[in-house]
Amino acid sequence: MSLFLIVALPFVGSLLPGLMNSAGRNACAGVTFMITLTALVGLLTNLPAVLAGEVVQTGVTWLPDLGLNVTLMLDGLGFFFACLILGIGLLIITYGRFYLSRKDNMGEFFTYLLLFQGAMVGIVLSDNILLLIVFWELTSLSSFLLIGYWKHLPEGRQGARMALTVTGMGGLALIGGALILGNIAGSYDLSVILQNREAIQASPMYLPALILILLGCFTKSAQFPFHFWLPHAMAAPTPVSAYLHSATMVKAGIFLMARLWPVLSGTPEWFVIVTTAGLITMVLGAVIALFKHDLKSLLAFSTVSHLGLITMLLGTGTAFGAMAAMFHILNHATFKAALFMSAGIIDHEAHTRDIRRLGGLRKLMPVTFVIATLAALSMAGIPFLNGFLSKEMMLEEAERTVLFSSPYLVPALATFGSLFSAAYCFRLIGHTFFGPVRDDYPATPHDPPVGMWGPPALLVVIVVAIGVAPFLAEPFIKTVTASVLGDAAEVPKNYFKIWHGFVPALFMSIIAVVGGLIVMAIYKPLQAAWDATPRPEAKTIFEAVIASAVALAKALTHPLHNGAFTRYAAIFAITVIAISYHAWTTGTVGAPTRAVQPAGVVEIAGWALLVTATLGMVVLHRHRLLSLILIGIVGLMVSVGFVVFSAPDLAMTQLTVEVVTIILLLLALNFLPNRTPVESPVLMRMRDAGIAIVGGLATFALAFHYMLRDTVAPSISEFHIANSYKGGGGTNMVNVILVDFRGFDTYGEIIVLGIAALLIFALTEALLNGPVRARLLNRLPDQPRAGDMHPMMMVVMTRVIMPLVMLVGFYIFLRGHNEPGGGFIAGLVVSIGFVMQYMASGFAWTSSRLRYPYHGVIGAGVLVAGLTGIGSWFFAKPFLTSDFTYVRIPPFNEFELATAALFDVGVFLAVVGAVMLSLESFSRLARRAHVEDPEHPMDINPSRDDAPKAEA
Amino acid sequence: MEFLVASAIGVLTAAGLYLVMRLRTFPVIMGISLLTYAVNIFLFTSGRLTVSAPPILTDATTYADPLPQALVLTAIVISFGMTAVVVMIALGAYLGADDDAVNDIAPTDAGDSK
Repeated sequence: MSLFLIVALPFVGSLLPGLMNSAGRNACAGVTFMITLTALVGLLTNLPAVLAGEVVQTGVTWLPDLGLNVTLMLDGLGFFFACLILGIGLLIITYGRFYLSRKDNMGEFFTYLLLFQGAMVGIVLSDNILLLIVFWELTSLSSFLLIGYWKHLPEGRQGARMALTVTGMGGLALIGGALILGNIAGSYDLSVILQNREAIQASPMYLPALILILLGCFTKSAQFPFHFWLPHAMAAPTPVSAYLHSATMVKAGIFLMARLWPVLSGTPEWFVIVTTAGLITMVLGAVIALFKHDLKSLLAFSTVSHLGLITMLLGTGTAFGAMAAMFHILNHATFKAALFMSAGIIDHEAHTRDIRRLGGLRKLMPVTFVIATLAALSMAGIPFLNGFLSKEMMLEEAERTVLFSSPYLVPALATFGSLFSAAYCFRLIGHTFFGPVRDDYPATPHDPPVGMWGPPALLVVIVVAIGVAPFLAEPFIKTVTASVLGDAAEVPKNYFKIWHGFVPALFMSIIAVVGGLIVMAIYKPLQAAWDATPRPEAKTIFEAVIASAVALAKALTHPLHNGAFTRYAAIFAITVIAISYHAWTTGTVGAPTRAVQPAGVVEIAGWALLVTATLGMVVLHRHRLLSLILIGIVGLMVSVGFVVFSAPDLAMTQLTVEVVTIILLLLALNFLPNRTPVESPVLMRMRDAGIAIVGGLATFALAFHYMLRDTVAPSISEFHIANSYKGGGGTNMVNVILVDFRGFDTYGEIIVLGIAALLIFALTEALLNGPVRARLLNRLPDQPRAGDMHPMMMVVMTRVIMPLVMLVGFYIFLRGHNEPGGGFIAGLVVSIGFVMQYMASGFAWTSSRLRYPYHGVIGAGVLVAGLTGIGSWFFAKPFLTSDFTYVRIPPFNEFELATAALFDVGVFLAVVGAVMLSLESFSRLARRAHVEDPEHPMDINPSRDDAPKAEA
Repeated sequence: MEFLVASAIGVLTAAGLYLVMRLRTFPVIMGISLLTYAVNIFLFTSGRLTVSAPPILTDATTYADPLPQALVLTAIVISFGMTAVVVMIALGAYLGADDDAVNDIAPTDAGDSK
């Protein structure tokens, strides 16, 4: 099966459990199982190639300029991990089906599980290191969802957050490291990076890259000092713990270290950092685990300890170490998953995981007892179980390792760690299963259904099989080791066997087991001593660090971002002015190249009107209605300015927009207070005025300098002028640019306009469905209403000129391509025609005569414009390629038909819809409860004999 | 003439900035509108000032720069949409809280959760 399919299956399949949720728990688990099984079978079809030593590769280019391509590869290492992920995944799914209670949403659980599974498979099959990081982050996110699955438990949420914080920070570091690594190698493809051992290790950037990548690996794999998140993640449901912490999530860091082993290992830096971290983690985890009373906590710290062991083996940088690491990954995954599931069974049946409340379960849960005991003994390193074999290899490697020029340091610590490891395994067996049967269990323990003990039992069969016949695993582990080592080293010739003779490793092993038994014998005083020793609590420290980070962020943010919009505006203005000043003083200003044009009386008069109105707005801004009139003058003068400076299209647009804007603001003022109170002290107003004047002067200076100089590079406008008629078939260059040259921009703009209108509509809906509704309905106007709200003169006038307005709009639209006009302006003109009807006869009367809702008009506009663009695909041209032709239908003169005109129809419709929808939304707010909607277009009609209703 | 246009832009900017720094929504919206004018005119002048040469193809040899005009045309229409949205938000806030002050200076610790 294609590698793409193997990676994609869990992701695509993650949609199914949610859909199957209502079909029952078995269907839900069943579909998840089948998806995983399909992926596993697909993976196994690649086994012959992998065993033959081939590397299966496949890929498509995605973002080649960034070096980010979707390339996947499958070699021994990837196959090994993918097998663990999918294989143990199958067991976890079966187990999870029986573990989760009826109250738990199973579809949600399996969806998260499949997402996580897909991300993990993605990591181990990625060839591109950037793609690997994408999957890496996906595992952090999906494991967050899994750990926090029991949302009602605060421990679950806190544990999930801690895991996400720690692994997320590590992920950030990893990105940095990966970028450096790819930079040195000249490619982000792992297959290329792995060939560049010498170049990478010789580079001065090797150490930073190494540290950053190791940060990522150590946080993910819970290495000291980042080990603390893993035990807190135990708040997750047990199937999640068993999955994440035996075979998958925490092994991702190990996987990456193994993957990059050929290029990163073998240097003193690698050796010291990785071996030391691994050693400390191994010893620390083992010691803490012994004193944990919660079964899952004990297993969590033992996982930390074993991850340290594997890390240390990778750190030694020898081929034998790498082989031992791979073997231990397999062994650890089997016995640890079995142990986690056993702990879950005990929790499920006895309703407690506290070792102090357990004991004597041997007789009550014989099946679980056998499974857990075999798995725990394997973890302790007892012969004829697989844990013994890899632990022997670890001790053998440790015995040869010289750290900090001391030949005894590593062997002694490794033996010490193994001793405690054996001790906690014995404690787990002894204190849970042996001893007298108690009568105070929270629930009566008994063996679970086969669905729950079957999966761990299967794993224990593997544990025993490899333990008794290690040669079964040997060829496979050697294939995996070969792909870890790459070209950097030869696969060791050692055989996997139980009896090596009287070698030092054997004696170290005996010391560990006997020592473990002795520790168990004196456990009570040890526990008392441990409880009396003060220890730093990782969670408290973590929370203190987070709290101080939050405090720092607040101290930085709050003075700037305190909710005062006024302050933001001031800060923004000052910043822009300061930056402009800097640019002004550091740049050079060229000499003026254009002459100042003389100004006539009309221009000066217009300018005076504009400036007076603007200043008037500042002075009179507390009278809101007055300032609305003044801004009308400003807008009018701006339109006149456009006329003077040869921009007829702009003038028409500005004028029509001005009309609808003023109507809109009037509608808003209907609700808002009419005056602005005096609030800010004089000093503050002086400060604001100062900022404003400086800003105004700066803009003035910039604009003045700008207008007197030509552009540095020739403008692209020449192209548009030359091609407007030839290419676009129109003489109005502005319109041709809008509908043809930059048609795509315009298409985006009408969509934005439509979204703005829909947003307004949605806000209105929210207001009218919320608590504001009653207030609006019962509101009393703050000013007396007009006696004649729908005056006859106005009604008659607007009806009469309606066809005229439509005609003008139609005319402006048609001439748009060659003369000033076009869809935008025509849309605004037609909207004004509609608005007049609303003004004359009221919202209710007019909208009841509305045949097409405005949303539909917006949608139709966008659709027409889009379809016009798509139409060019049928002629094998890019989106929005325009065409035009000239036709003659007698008795008319020859005229032009252009696809651009069709596009302009879309623009027209979108503008009409957007303008009308926004204005209509505002007027909907104005309806009141005690005012009935008028039946007639006008209140007083002499030809009607009904009495006018008095307004309340 | 350049002086007139540049000073108009300056005055519009100054008045806009002052009004934007007021404490109530309506003057702030007015200020934003004035700034919109200033920005639109400024963008328009990037084509430099040309009198009596509209960008309609004729026999003439010089034309006003059509490109800034096309940009500003859509900017004017979009700014209407944006003004409408801002007004709606201001209105909703006023109707909901019975207060049209723009500043919301309150301790923001309420958002933290454990």
